Amino acid sequence: MTRLSLGKWLLPVYSALALLFLMIPIAYTFVFSFNDSLKSNITWRGFTLDKWLNVCAVQNGAVCEAFGNSLLIGAVSTVLATTLGTMIAIALVRYRFKFRAGTSLLLFLPMATPEVVLGAGLAAQFLSLGVPKDMLTIILAHTMFCISFVVVTVKARVAGLDPALEEAGRDLYGSPAQVFARITFPLLLPGILAAALLSFALSFDDFIITNFNSGAVTTFPKYIYISASRGIPAEANVIASAVFILALVIVVTAQVSAAARAKRQARLG
Amino acid sequence: MATGAFADRGADLELVGIQKRFPGFTAIEHLDLVIPAGSFFALLGPSGCGKTTTLRLVAGLEDPTDGRILIGGQDVTTQKAYQRPVNTVFQSYALFPHMTVLENVAFGLRRRKITDAVAKAHEALRLVELDHLAARKPVQLSGGQQQRVALARAIVNRPALLLLDEPLGALDLKLRRQMQLELKNIQEEVGLTFLHVTHDQEEAMTMADTVAVMNKGMIEQMGSPELLYELPRTAFVANFLGQSNLFTGPVVGETSTSIAVDVAGRSIVVPKARSHRHGGDVTIGVRPEKLSLHRDLPAPDSASNVLGPGRVTDVSFTGVSTQYLVAVPGLGTLVVFEQNRSAGPIEGEGDEVWVTWNVEHGFGLDDDPAAQTEKFVADTTTQSLAAQRRADLLTELEEA
Ligand SMILES: Nc1ncnc2c1ncn2[C@@H]1O[C@H](COP(=O)(O)OP(=O)(O)OP(=O)(O)O)[C@@H](O)[C@H]1O
Ligand SMILES: [Mg+2]
Repeated sequence: MTRLSLGKWLLPVYSALALLFLMIPIAYTFVFSFNDSLKSNITWRGFTLDKWLNVCAVQNGAVCEAFGNSLLIGAVSTVLATTLGTMIAIALVRYRFKFRAGTSLLLFLPMATPEVVLGAGLAAQFLSLGVPKDMLTIILAHTMFCISFVVVTVKARVAGLDPALEEAGRDLYGSPAQVFARITFPLLLPGILAAALLSFALSFDDFIITNFNSGAVTTFPKYIYISASRGIPAEANVIASAVFILALVIVVTAQVSAAARAKRQARLG
Repeated sequence: MATGAFADRGADLELVGIQKRFPGFTAIEHLDLVIPAGSFFALLGPSGCGKTTTLRLVAGLEDPTDGRILIGGQDVTTQKAYQRPVNTVFQSYALFPHMTVLENVAFGLRRRKITDAVAKAHEALRLVELDHLAARKPVQLSGGQQQRVALARAIVNRPALLLLDEPLGALDLKLRRQMQLELKNIQEEVGLTFLHVTHDQEEAMTMADTVAVMNKGMIEQMGSPELLYELPRTAFVANFLGQSNLFTGPVVGETSTSIAVDVAGRSIVVPKARSHRHGGDVTIGVRPEKLSLHRDLPAPDSASNVLGPGRVTDVSFTGVSTQYLVAVPGLGTLVVFEQNRSAGPIEGEGDEVWVTWNVEHGFGLDDDPAAQTEKFVADTTTQSLAAQRRADLLTELEEA
């Protein structure tokens, strides 16, 4: 009986504490985005909405520029990695070809290799090929390591896809392109979306590999790292908080609409 | 035919010298088959004999290693699946899970840009009595309903040839009988050519105009259900379609209309018209329900064959009839079905009996007994076949 009541409060309290612990840095960042700070944003100097309203004003818009770079790099790498990774995943599951096992292994390597090694290796390679480090090299680097994650995520989905469904599509007069567009792709879409989200998140907050291959280009993580030594401006807190809130809104919306859809289905049934 | 109008009638299907090899396994050795337009054709055979492979070859989902496929006289061997005027009801239904029932059914029509796809899809759903569930997703349907959707999705295209891969396998006995009737009606209504694959012999016999019995990638025999049952050509067919008592012996006498075969010292007469071979060693047979049991040696009669005496080793009451196993020295065990016209079994275990049957009821196989004994001693398919029959019966009993 005692064990039962112990279990009754132990788990909620433990969960609450763990959540609190995780939330403290986020809450801190959020609160200090309203700090009426001067140069450094360490001591509380009073509440203001200024930083939220004029987020791009500081340092000639350096914060916003870094943020924009990160968005652009994230978007382009995600599109490239998701497209290539999905095609690779389908090929690996559906077709027998030479070096199939070797390809699988090679794709796994970027996930297993420490980022420092990967970043330094890429930097050396770009140097010896004479490719100048800029936005392009960052995108190439991000696409490369994101592909591995996309392949792993989408491969599971392809393996679970009954080949008879595509055969039925062909049997019902669907050309290969139509079968892909109307059957294969929609059925893989949840996996592809998950892979794209993962890619974007990985690209957006990558610092180590970016730092090795970015040259003069500043991404958001890189900006924060650099300014940490001088004191991070509150505008950075604003952007970080905004991103967090945006992500939260997206997740909640997705959950609510999924629940609504399930309800509608149940009513139809 | 890939785009445009419906087929207004079924088309002939012709398989010429088809062979299919998978890496390390020959699924179909050599298959020649002609299915006339508008017929209901059943392909019957034990599990793994190559039925699904045959259908996939016809549908274009698999390429033959050798041979040609003709539909309505046109060679389609090199055509892709989506170019052939053929639709399939898959063994696993293969309904698209992300589409509604209506979208599933309209899929083929839309690919062929046929006008009024939605109205035609509704019409097909009405045919299988599922129009009220058009807005549902396949996961929200029962197995039987999914099966009917799969049928509607194929039929709506009015293909020249409809391929059905054991579409009734997952249904319970009552629904299966109902669907058999429905399928038969639909086939007559729309006049299409149906190629129906099954391992249920009763289903094949009740539905099809023509049945082909397949074994190990070969057609053993093809013909009307009555013909296959009355005059099986091989021991495999004789035992796959119902049961048979088979005896092997040399031909010892011959008249203009019949042959006499020596079976364990007795002369058994078979009409020539009912025997595929008329000389040498032959295997003859008779169905268990054609046999009668006698306590005394019956008076000699040129119209009937006699075997015995033997001993009843087992009596099992099955309702309509009683099944006796009779061990005859030098012959082995005979199976006899007696109608239960009087109450209870007439004979008991251990009784000495004679077995007789009308000469007109025997049949002679085409198998070469010399080659055949070897073939059938090593044949594990017959065992697996028996096991499958038993499993089928058990599920039928459970479901009934
Ligand atoms: N892709 C493949 N590779 C290798 N062998 C295969 C392949 N597909 C089928 N086979 C083999 O070919 C034989 C025939 O298979 P098929 O699916 O045609 O049998 P079936 O008659 O439809 O059986 P069932 O009644 O169980 O559905 C089987 O022995 C099977 O193992
Ligand atoms: Mg099969």
